[in-house]
Amino acid sequence: MFDLDTWQEIYFTIKQNKLRTFLTAFSVSWGIFMLVILLGVGTGLENGVKYQFRDVATNSIWISPGQTSLPYQGMKPGRNIRLTNEDYSEINRNIIQIDHSTGRYWCSGEFTVRYGNKYSAFDLMGCGPGHQYIENQRVVTGRFINDFDMENKRKVAVIGVDVREILFGKEDPIDKYIDIGGIQYKVVGVYDDAGGGSELKRIFIPLSTAQLAYNGANYMHQMMFTVGDASVKDSKDIVAKVKDILIDKYKFSPDDSRAVFVWNNVEQFQKFIDLFNGIRVFLWIVGIGTIVAGIVGVSNIMLIVVKERTREIGVRKAIGATPSSIIGLFLQEAIVITFLAGYVGLIAGIGLIEGINYMMLKMNVEAEYFKNPEVQIQTAFGATLLLVAAGLLAGYIPAKRAARIKPIEALRDE
Amino acid sequence: MGHQNLEVLRGINLHISEGEMVSIMGASGSGKSTLLNILGILDGFDSGDYLLNNTRMNRLNERQAAYYRNRFIGFVFQSFNLLSFKNSMENVALPLYYQKIGRKKRNLRAMEFLEMMGISDRATHMPSELSGGQKQRVAIARALITQPKVILADEPTGALDSHTSQEVMDIFGKVNQQGITILIVTHEKEIADRTKRTIRIRDGVIIDEKIAMAS
Repeated sequence: MFDLDTWQEIYFTIKQNKLRTFLTAFSVSWGIFMLVILLGVGTGLENGVKYQFRDVATNSIWISPGQTSLPYQGMKPGRNIRLTNEDYSEINRNIIQIDHSTGRYWCSGEFTVRYGNKYSAFDLMGCGPGHQYIENQRVVTGRFINDFDMENKRKVAVIGVDVREILFGKEDPIDKYIDIGGIQYKVVGVYDDAGGGSELKRIFIPLSTAQLAYNGANYMHQMMFTVGDASVKDSKDIVAKVKDILIDKYKFSPDDSRAVFVWNNVEQFQKFIDLFNGIRVFLWIVGIGTIVAGIVGVSNIMLIVVKERTREIGVRKAIGATPSSIIGLFLQEAIVITFLAGYVGLIAGIGLIEGINYMMLKMNVEAEYFKNPEVQIQTAFGATLLLVAAGLLAGYIPAKRAARIKPIEALRDE
Repeated sequence: MGHQNLEVLRGINLHISEGEMVSIMGASGSGKSTLLNILGILDGFDSGDYLLNNTRMNRLNERQAAYYRNRFIGFVFQSFNLLSFKNSMENVALPLYYQKIGRKKRNLRAMEFLEMMGISDRATHMPSELSGGQKQRVAIARALITQPKVILADEPTGALDSHTSQEVMDIFGKVNQQGITILIVTHEKEIADRTKRTIRIRDGVIIDEKIAMAS
């Protein structure tokens, strides 16, 4: 279909109307450029928000006890609800979707922690083995708290990388003893947490040890669990089931929103996913709108070209050009112009987005909710397909009109 | 197309044999151009029959019309109608492009026909660099390259001076001697006089037919 003659003719038309072709091509380039930029920025926003979720498992559900705010079955409001080890076991037994779970006990106050002649104040927290999966903690050296620690209420500690830095410096902390408020704990592991900041200045000990040593009895401040790949609906059912278990035991109104606090990450995360899907659709609409403006431009120019070449088309028909060959002539021209112009826009857009990404990485720009803007392969592919379709669309009406030209009318000598 | 039927040609009964050289004369509005358009399959007709090379040309679709125009007919126009962005050779070769003949082969053929017209030295010139007579020679070469059954020439000398006109008519004469049927529409008597048969048309009917004696 594309032979030398076709190229020659396309080249000729373009050469004849350099400015006009340039302006038209520019509008297509600009359309694609904007689309790519919009989608790249959209991806940046999405990456930014996903980054905010990096330090918790997005399939986790967190439950904290509160205080009743509604009267229920003759009981006054204002009762404190407390979660116990038994509740934890009960919930774990009843909800089969749970794959990791832990209770959490905050040892109140700051503890002065000492190793050798170095000391500092850190938060101390009791938890179970499942904690690392829910908080997305990564064990750097040693190990996390295990079931054996829990059963035997061992005095072992897993410390944050910042804690190691302060207390141990370059020294290996594993199997060293640290003094926490007068009690000796053996360090068994060091963890890192993508959340950073204060989350790295914590010391974790077995929940059972924490309850025993810091007047916890069998209470916990929080329980968290992950629910595999449960859907939003599944997660809501699970939350309802957990509430039922607690209502059954502590007798509070199902409508009472303050008796037990539930944070359902599955639902929250899905909300963001939905939001960004919505934004992406919106961006495509805006981008395509810009491209449509370009297509209309190309189509418009092509109509003028057809008008100008009426006589030529007449001659071609007189010497044997079929209607389809005339349509092909104009369609090809439209496709070539849109494709080349669009490609330039695509490359420019990708270039700019990658440039921004590179600068942000290089200059260490930490923007909340914006990270790693990028153009995905599918986006580029989609935009390319769009271009070809745009070219076809832009050329179709003018080509159709050209094919309908009657040779006698075109060849009439004025 | 208008909504009213306008009768342009009425009861034309014309037979042109292979190898004839015929001129059609008539004032503007007489229907001579319409007749030529019908003969050239550029225009349709409502009733009657048109047989070209014993093939019926009634109610052809666009594709068929394009095919027959390409294979059977060569057009020569008053205003030459060369494509301005193609050189002489490429203009001549264009009909073969629509026969899907390769570039090399059709340019070679085009050169042969330019040589036949005596303007092979103008092969790479653009139409704007040619004189009227040269342009018409290129146009005739283009009409001949498909070796058509008939050449339809619509006022082929209308834009040329009398000297060049005679040269062009000489060419037509030579072409006709090779057995190609030639049909020339003209309003110039000198041109018509150089054909063997002249058909006069007025108000859509043939009013007079004259066979020239050997000159």
